[in-house]
Amino acid sequence: MPDQLIFATEVFLNGLMAGVLYALVALGFVLIYKASGIFNYAQGVMALFAALTLVGIMKGQVPFAHLINAVFGTHVHYFGWNVPALVAIVLTMLVMVGLAWAVNEIVFKHLVNQEPILLFMATIGIAYFLEGIGDMMWGSEIKKLDVGLPQGINLWIDNVTYNAFGYGFFIDNLDIVATVVAAVLVFTLIVFAQYTKQGRAMRAVADDHQAALSVGISLNFIWVMVWSLAGFVALVAGIMWGTKSGVQFSLSLIALKALPVLMLGGFTSIPGAIVGGLIIGVGEKLFEFAIGPMVGGATENWFAYVLALVFLVFRPQGLFGEKIIERV
Amino acid sequence: MKYKLLTAVAAAAMAAGPALAELTFSSLSYRTGPYAAGGIPFADGYADYFTLLNERDGGINGVKINLVECETGYNTEKGVECYEATKGQGVLVYQPLSTGITYQLIPKATADKIPVHSMGYGRTSAKNGSVFEWVFNYPANYWDGASIAITHILDINGGDINGKKVALLYHNSAYGKEPIRTLEELSKKHGYELSLLPVDHPGQEQKSQWLQIRQQRPDYVIMWGWGVMNQVAIQEAANIRFPMENFIGIWWSGSENDVRPAGDSAHNYKALTFHNVGSDYPLFDDIGKYVIDAGKAAGAGDQVGTVLYNRALYAAMLAAEAVKTAMEIHGTTEITPPMMRDGMEALEMTEEKMIALGLPNFGPTFSISCQNHGGYGFGAVTQWDAEAGEFKLITDYFQSDQDVIQELIEEDSAKYAAENGIEPRC
Repeated sequence: MPDQLIFATEVFLNGLMAGVLYALVALGFVLIYKASGIFNYAQGVMALFAALTLVGIMKGQVPFAHLINAVFGTHVHYFGWNVPALVAIVLTMLVMVGLAWAVNEIVFKHLVNQEPILLFMATIGIAYFLEGIGDMMWGSEIKKLDVGLPQGINLWIDNVTYNAFGYGFFIDNLDIVATVVAAVLVFTLIVFAQYTKQGRAMRAVADDHQAALSVGISLNFIWVMVWSLAGFVALVAGIMWGTKSGVQFSLSLIALKALPVLMLGGFTSIPGAIVGGLIIGVGEKLFEFAIGPMVGGATENWFAYVLALVFLVFRPQGLFGEKIIERV
Repeated sequence: MKYKLLTAVAAAAMAAGPALAELTFSSLSYRTGPYAAGGIPFADGYADYFTLLNERDGGINGVKINLVECETGYNTEKGVECYEATKGQGVLVYQPLSTGITYQLIPKATADKIPVHSMGYGRTSAKNGSVFEWVFNYPANYWDGASIAITHILDINGGDINGKKVALLYHNSAYGKEPIRTLEELSKKHGYELSLLPVDHPGQEQKSQWLQIRQQRPDYVIMWGWGVMNQVAIQEAANIRFPMENFIGIWWSGSENDVRPAGDSAHNYKALTFHNVGSDYPLFDDIGKYVIDAGKAAGAGDQVGTVLYNRALYAAMLAAEAVKTAMEIHGTTEITPPMMRDGMEALEMTEEKMIALGLPNFGPTFSISCQNHGGYGFGAVTQWDAEAGEFKLITDYFQSDQDVIQELIEEDSAKYAAENGIEPRC
């Protein structure tokens, strides 16, 4: 096999893996949009907040330590214990459920039946609030996140491909884990949405708030549930991205990677988020590999959006989005 | 009653009267936002040094220092707003702490006659003080950094890197593109093959670039990154098992923040510097006594001795020394921004002075003049020791290739002078 084809195959596989990571972020957007018609600007910050909380709990960090020390003149920073990763993940999830409840009680409960743009603006407010409170609670320094996930080159794939092509492919173990986690997550979410009472109620709310209320579905419960699910997805995304780069405030910018995925896959489809992620991941990586060197490189950010726009020309609702037909 | 009234009037008059003379500095800090992890230690170090001078010495030559901190979030527009909001307070010198903000402030500060010190960043050709009267970038600039990295590679290859492959992994911005011209010129001189790998902001996803590095197998990778780009690059280098001792970052890619997320894998990563590392200096004893232990630290006091804290401390120290020089030149303790500029232009940093300040061998020696606002371009190389959890200085300070750089500076500054109708002063 020619060298360039071998390299392109490696790039293709890595594009798939990168796409899965993008899709993990996009899933959170889809869940909330599907259930409430809200484009949740805060999804990226939720991933950051979840990851910050997870590291903080694992390391036994005292929340609001700087504030406490400034007010009371103390010097407390750590409780002096470490929490196992699994327990910390469960505790973080409880925090995210609490956050979902608070968001609903304080913000969205009062905005039922308001214009979508108002709901969107509310999520911008939530994003900035969460970023600020995350800083106050856990501090701004970069934190290493280690929940025991493997990282680095997969030696088995390296050896097999080396024996086959004379060049060992690089596939990151973390990306393989992310792929498995994403597959399980999507399967579970689809089963939940299609076959459980709460899942069907969630879809009913998405179709029409008032009609859902009239048949006895609790809008509050559904919204808290959906924001909790989005919080869980944010936690998973935060763990994967935080393990790669450390937990830091730029983690919230991963939302930028999800937007072309949503445009392409559709805002309302869980499988769409995955397929969209894969197409964007592979498309941008192959374009960078093939065309990037001719145009000075760094094509990935803009090419992802161009690719999404090309798809939109032919399917404005996205690949898997619901076609809205409004009769006059 | 009359006495009480007179006392009250006198007190009110005193309160409303002119404040006691003080030296005002500005800290354009970024304690929030995506780059806060780098901004906090710098803001702490800058403030702590001035606090030390106030607490230990009663200021500079008896004049207290007033530090005005303004949060920029590392955002250029906010940085300019901070400048506009604080310049009326008599700020003696601005440290913009961002190449973007520096570029915006160069024409503004020049018009307002307020000096700017962009230490190790900003517009490189501002070294030519003949054209950039109000801008200083001592002791080293980006082009010095590029040359120092190549000189280090030359040193470890016995002076011959003909045919070697060097890749530049850079933030795809004005900042990241700064070293390209210098590296291209140096590649003509030394015969190495240069490849360019831009990374789009913010740099969280670099799979394509590191696959290219894996496929092209460069001998050395030089990094011009900032923020999350640094941490991801070091992690990706570890993932593809790129030898860390052949991975060299500019000084903005060489703090503890950059290497810690990768854990032990970051061991032996190298970064350039123009100041020393650690806290084993007499001055730090005073910082502990007068600032940290006294509860007057700008932050939590947990950044002392880190790379960026030390850089800020060094910046503040150079500012204070320039104030002293300005006081000597003008024979007054009431310094204005133009006087401060004169002090900066006559600044001379000797090892004797550094020892007296409690910072022996902390930075290179240099002197500033009308033609030279950037020093002699000395820098050194540090290396991360993951086990010890610290960067260690592994070379002495050595000079960049001035034959190549000076020519580029002359060319770029002449172009700026022509575009802006500036007549070189000296």
